Amino acid sequence: MALKALDIFKLLPKTNCKKCGCPTCLAFAMKLTTQKATLDECPDVSEDAKAQLSGAAAPPIRLVAIGAGAAKIEIGGETVMFRHEESFYHPPGIGVVLPDNLDEDDLRARIAAVKALSFVRVGMRIGVTVVGVENVSGDAAAFASTVKAVASLELPMVLIARQAAHAEAALAECAAARPLIHAATDADWQEYVRVAKSAKCPLAVTGPDLDSVAALAVQVRKAGIEDIVLDLGAGSIAAGVEAMTAARRLALKRKADGVGFPCMAVVREPDPYQNVSDCCAYVAKYAGIVLTPLSGPEQIAPILTLSQNLYTDPRKPVQVEAKLYSVGAVTPQSPLLVTTNFSLTYYTVQSEVEASRVPTYIGVIDTEGTSVLTAFAADKLSSEKVAAFLMSAEVSEAVSHRKVIIPGYVAAMSGSLNEDSGWEVLVGPREASALSKYLKTVWQDT
Amino acid sequence: MTLLDTAKERWSGTISTLTIGADAAAGGTRKSVVTVGGAGGLPFAPFDGAPPHSIAVAMEVWDCPPEDWPRSLADALGDVVASPAEWAKACVEKWGADLICLRLASTHPDQGDASPQEAAATVRSVLEAVDVPLIIWGCDLPDKDNLVLSVCSQAAAGERCLLGTVTEDNYKTLVASCLADGHCLIGLSPIDINIAKQVNVLVTDMGFPLDRLVMYQTTGALGYGLEYTYSIQERGRLAALGNDRLMGVPVICMVGQEAWRAKEARATSEELPGWGDEGERGVYWEIATATALLQAGSDILVMRHPKAAQALKTTIDRLTTV
Repeated sequence: MALKALDIFKLLPKTNCKKCGCPTCLAFAMKLTTQKATLDECPDVSEDAKAQLSGAAAPPIRLVAIGAGAAKIEIGGETVMFRHEESFYHPPGIGVVLPDNLDEDDLRARIAAVKALSFVRVGMRIGVTVVGVENVSGDAAAFASTVKAVASLELPMVLIARQAAHAEAALAECAAARPLIHAATDADWQEYVRVAKSAKCPLAVTGPDLDSVAALAVQVRKAGIEDIVLDLGAGSIAAGVEAMTAARRLALKRKADGVGFPCMAVVREPDPYQNVSDCCAYVAKYAGIVLTPLSGPEQIAPILTLSQNLYTDPRKPVQVEAKLYSVGAVTPQSPLLVTTNFSLTYYTVQSEVEASRVPTYIGVIDTEGTSVLTAFAADKLSSEKVAAFLMSAEVSEAVSHRKVIIPGYVAAMSGSLNEDSGWEVLVGPREASALSKYLKTVWQDT
Repeated sequence: MTLLDTAKERWSGTISTLTIGADAAAGGTRKSVVTVGGAGGLPFAPFDGAPPHSIAVAMEVWDCPPEDWPRSLADALGDVVASPAEWAKACVEKWGADLICLRLASTHPDQGDASPQEAAATVRSVLEAVDVPLIIWGCDLPDKDNLVLSVCSQAAAGERCLLGTVTEDNYKTLVASCLADGHCLIGLSPIDINIAKQVNVLVTDMGFPLDRLVMYQTTGALGYGLEYTYSIQERGRLAALGNDRLMGVPVICMVGQEAWRAKEARATSEELPGWGDEGERGVYWEIATATALLQAGSDILVMRHPKAAQALKTTIDRLTTV
């Protein structure tokens, strides 16, 4: 929980010595609250104050890094139960778990399949961000050699070991890549702690229910491991979602011990539809890592898309640049549509135009990231704005005709737009889904 | 005390309990009825208090064969789309739908402009073909819906159907019909929590009981605005739990309708290489849309693909059995 500047001030020396570069201790305290300064900039702070302040400064859910280098992911660090309260910040690592009992060709094919799980949606590339290796063989050497092969993907790894010694064998191949070691249980946690500590890697803990997992996390932390992930997916999906929901509330609202860590689940449900639906439930309900044995693009893409959706910052509408776009092999005679710069609106229009196979220009008007109806109501999609765009150099250089297609929802502006611009105004469909038909029929007839 | 006990939140409000369908005892002819709502906590957080009723899975049936549904969806439905009664029967008997959502698409002037009497005959035929409750959905043109749905309401009098939709600008005719004929109502509002509440205020001001109302806050498909629907539904649920009675109304989602508009569900393998099996892609898109919206608090989900509807029923069972 964040402290107020006055609370921090009370713990400072109150000498206004300026050694920290601030004119007063209160000014320094204010900098601390906004993380613009760190406590070690004060040379005279007491050990006691340090202890109190570092405890208070700890986030309610620890941010844990898995992996190293460019592909490293950070999970946890969340501050709200519901995305509309602020935002969710750290999307879960979503990935495939591979067994360690495959022959060389199978393994190579599975690794290639994982590599192919990358998609472009609304102008962003989304793909799997983590990969698991599971020690189903029960053999240390097989586990280590599979991990070595999978490490070539250069994705953060989760080493799902049968026992700590097997994780240790695999770490000989990849400790520098900082994989997540999975998973300490009540029976063998000291061994796992020893291995995780010496490799300086994060450690997952698991158990039959939330209480046992949280209690284990407390023990593991006392033994010196800070980067802990709670595997709450050992039971049914109902129990898993319930535990993750409870853990989030306990960490944020109740300050309960042992729950302030990111959560994870390995989804083992054999029916692929149920498996995908479980993965989606975990993405929605607070998981920091979701692993599945599935690797079909039609199975993984929806899970990644859901994460992309829910981890979008609800306070900032996603926008595209306001300019003239073209889809397909356009000519100066190609139709010209106008729409708003709200990313979802633009990409919906763009994908329908693409599907129509009619080469088309799309003029994007800056409406501050609002959709057609909202923009029109707020006068952000006005006939003056559209007219100015139509008369701009980029349009006159690209298009030889003088016909513009406006969204059906703003049919009311056709008269004034015609007056303001001198262009012929065609009223397009209300919904982007009807655009393809419109371009193929109505436009062709004009 | 376990951590789940510690996590428990004491909410002051609940979602109203809604029953769709009337059996013989209630003056109708349905063999099964659907009861949803009643929740007093967050979705799938039974430590807050387990909800008393489950979540219903409806399937869409059109009164005319849909034209541009993608192949993977059309093939799965097969020939039954030629007859609303046969289609409804297959949904219930083969695919396990809890209720049918009859879309009166052909009453739209662009889709054949069927008369209110023709629509009412279709309603009767579906009521005779199946014994589950019925959702009757107009063509979303206010003037035509007022004509069509009031006649359909009479034709189904006493069956306690769920009729829709009404909006803040168009509700009086349908509210009067549903009051007279004992039906339930769907209030539509476009991803706006204030308008959603306003619709509920207007409808209940006419004397319509709150426990016969359902909210349709419009549905965004996965990848196409799902996050807006998700947050609006979460906000609505929180408002209801905070004892805002007028927001404590069950929620319906048009999952199939929206999911099958997505390029990721519709496109052929040639159009969308690298996105996986064309026959299965849309099914997964529909399932993922549905399971995400379940988590935001949905009470009735309307599905299109038989496999997606069946999978969703299994998902709901698994999510409600700890």
